[in-house]
Amino acid sequence: MSVLERTRRSGPLPQSLRALYAGNARSVMARGLLATKSTNWTVVVSGFFEPVFYLLAMGFGLGELVGSVSTTTGQEVSYGAFIAPALLAVSAMNGAVYDSTWNVFFKMNYTKLYQGMLSTSLGPLDVAFGEIALALLRGAVYATGFLIVMQVLGLNLSWLAILALPAVVLIAFAFASFGMAITSYMKTFQQMDWINFVMLPMFLFSATFYPLSVYPEWIQTVIQALPLWHAVELMRGLTTGAVDAGVLWHVLYFVVMILVGLVFTTKRLRALFLD
Amino acid sequence: MPAPVIVASDLTKKYKDFAAVDGISFEVAPGESFGLLGPNGAGKSTTMRMVGAVSTRTSGDLRILDLDPNDYGPEIRSQLGVVPQADNLDVELKARDNLVVYGRYFGLPRKVVQQRADELMAFAQLEDKVKAKVDDLSGGMKRRLTIARALINDPRILLLDEPTTGLDPQARHILWDRLFRLKEQGTTLVLTTHYMDEAEQLCDRLVVVDKGSIMAEGSPAALIRQYSSREVLEVRFGSDRNEQVAEQLAGIGERVEVLPDRILVYSEDGEAELNHITELGLHPLTSLVRRSSLEDVFLRLTGRSLIE
Amino acid sequence: MSGTESPRGGSVAAGSASGRGAQGPQSEMARAAIAAGTLPRRWGALYVAEHRTRSMAAYKGTIIATGIGNPVVYLFALGVGLATLVDANVGGAGATVSYLTFVAPALLASAAVTIATEEFSYPILGAFKWNPTFFAINASPISPRQIVDGQMLSVLVRMVPSCIVYFLFMLVFGAVPSPIGWLSILAAVATGMAVGAVLMSYVSTLQTDSGQIALLMRFGLTPMFLFSGTFFPLAQLPAYLQWIGWISPLWHGTELGRVFSYGAPEPIWLTVAHVLYLAAWFVFGWLASRRVTARRLNK
Repeated sequence: MSVLERTRRSGPLPQSLRALYAGNARSVMARGLLATKSTNWTVVVSGFFEPVFYLLAMGFGLGELVGSVSTTTGQEVSYGAFIAPALLAVSAMNGAVYDSTWNVFFKMNYTKLYQGMLSTSLGPLDVAFGEIALALLRGAVYATGFLIVMQVLGLNLSWLAILALPAVVLIAFAFASFGMAITSYMKTFQQMDWINFVMLPMFLFSATFYPLSVYPEWIQTVIQALPLWHAVELMRGLTTGAVDAGVLWHVLYFVVMILVGLVFTTKRLRALFLD
Repeated sequence: MPAPVIVASDLTKKYKDFAAVDGISFEVAPGESFGLLGPNGAGKSTTMRMVGAVSTRTSGDLRILDLDPNDYGPEIRSQLGVVPQADNLDVELKARDNLVVYGRYFGLPRKVVQQRADELMAFAQLEDKVKAKVDDLSGGMKRRLTIARALINDPRILLLDEPTTGLDPQARHILWDRLFRLKEQGTTLVLTTHYMDEAEQLCDRLVVVDKGSIMAEGSPAALIRQYSSREVLEVRFGSDRNEQVAEQLAGIGERVEVLPDRILVYSEDGEAELNHITELGLHPLTSLVRRSSLEDVFLRLTGRSLIE
Repeated sequence: MSGTESPRGGSVAAGSASGRGAQGPQSEMARAAIAAGTLPRRWGALYVAEHRTRSMAAYKGTIIATGIGNPVVYLFALGVGLATLVDANVGGAGATVSYLTFVAPALLASAAVTIATEEFSYPILGAFKWNPTFFAINASPISPRQIVDGQMLSVLVRMVPSCIVYFLFMLVFGAVPSPIGWLSILAAVATGMAVGAVLMSYVSTLQTDSGQIALLMRFGLTPMFLFSGTFFPLAQLPAYLQWIGWISPLWHGTELGRVFSYGAPEPIWLTVAHVLYLAAWFVFGWLASRRVTARRLNK
């Protein structure tokens, strides 16, 4: 990016943000891509298999026992078609959370990568956006692969499934910006461990493997407040083709989550690196 | 003379075809402070690991406290304190807990360990760091904590592998002071170093090691007397002229060494040699007369510098 | 766990050919050393366990929380939530027990395996590399085999109580019809240690972590968790995939647990085979870990 262009871009930013953002997130992203290439890329590729294993085991192994399931809209679908969109949502969540928590935590506290970056013209927000963008790119690649697997297995029941791709990016963005905000408050491995502790029940309870209707009313309300439930519902609506205006509530949920996450990340990064 | 605590004869350690330690022999008397001086890769650390009974020798004989480490590893190690080259404190434990936990490995009762831990934290001048996390300690503090840990079993022999490498000058002096106290108390010290000043400060006797073999042995003063002159004149003529000038210096002093950046003239009287040089019409950019050191001994013995 | 120095397998009694120590009177310093070596030789593994348990205690918050939280969450999600789908559809036709009863012993064994994978993976590599405490311990009178044994013991300190808690929750959920159901705790611990020991022997050989552990989790442990008759009987899988179960220690441990917890019908030879198979994994992993560790520490 040329100097002129950068000046133009950072021009309209308020003074307080300019110290945080040099409009050069892409160089952070480029470093990340390079690092991925030079380290063990098989690990990166392997991330794609995780949801596929789950889909094969649960969708087919367990699916034999379960038969068909009815979705929130009352549609009867095979068990595989029921859990596949949920697994897609979960994998978007897991990838984004891992990249924005453990990965960031390591770079922040151990490899001291960010200190190095911030001693250049880059601001904390360049780093944040660069890292998030990288996580989203990775998530989108996995999602594409998984959608192809679903297509091959006949689990995409509607052409709307193609919209699952942008939806994955939206969901991953929300979890990543939120995850980064939380990580910026973390100091020890012990604290980081709690993230896994919170993720597990969310993974299991958010209408992932069975409909929400098995729960009593009040538990349902609690789960409906959690982000993964919105992600699962959004995905399931798209791949089964049951979409109405209600889908906008899910989208709104994630937009708010992104904004809240970014506000806190910015605040926190400023406190950590600039004050 | 009391029986030696360490006897190594023709000690050899081979990794495949490469002999890291190639038939070295030495003895260490109780209460003695013994040094292995040599550059990186000379085989010092390997020797230390064999003496520490954690590395099996390929051939030769080794007896620590009159025991063969091949058969009595745990027994020998129960009498040693080991300060390794790289700190290996447990970063998941607080500073003092490192001592307590380590003391247990010697079968010491909890009460004894607790008491010694307090004493040693004081000895290491870390009283106010008792509850500190290891990662929050400075390099010098970590080293001192490691030494304190090595002393938790009140060892007969303290092995120190490059004790001050990587420390700033002030931290080194604090550490040397602590080690000197141990020496005064009669602890047997065996240390490796590639710093001549460290060897001169701490060692009663040392061996100069290079490429797995012992080049010379003696007290620092005796080694200097034997292998070097009293004084050294260092002259610099600029990197591209040193070689050329050196030819004209033939016959000046007892011996002349040409290094990439300077020329060393060995002599009993450095000032006099400098006058000779000026009389020859040569004018060094800088000149310095100093006492001979172990560095010069090493250079004489191997033709190389200690620190490269 | 006591016994002689491992790196060379030389024994104390034999002494060395040149050894004055083995014959004749010894010097005072040699006698002192031999006396001081007695306790570490006998109890070394326990000292190591004490240390490792202490390090683990830094994580006691999440260890306790997951120890209680995981059984609740898993038993509820699968045994109650998912069970509504499975029981409703399968009904009483083929199944003799509820899905909760079926899945509970599998979850118990999986929990033990999860603990094993946590404690025998990165912490081991870390103790060789990032926080090289194994080298520090080895410089004391402790021998490499005692380090391995102590590590095993320290993991048991976490695994056994966790499995007991898990089992208590199984009781609360009403998932254990058999009176000898508590034996499934032993089955789970055996499974965890079998997997853990082999994992440790592998991780101990790693010089750096360039993703090997992550790959092993993804292509080894995750498929094992999913395809070992955990969530559905192995028979549901197509015949050409059932071998995954047969070689999986988790399948053997789970089936063993089911025999105990609800008297799952199976021939006695198969039950014996489960036990032997798990024992074989553990013994192999344990001995290999000792060998690898001794080699790595004796440089």
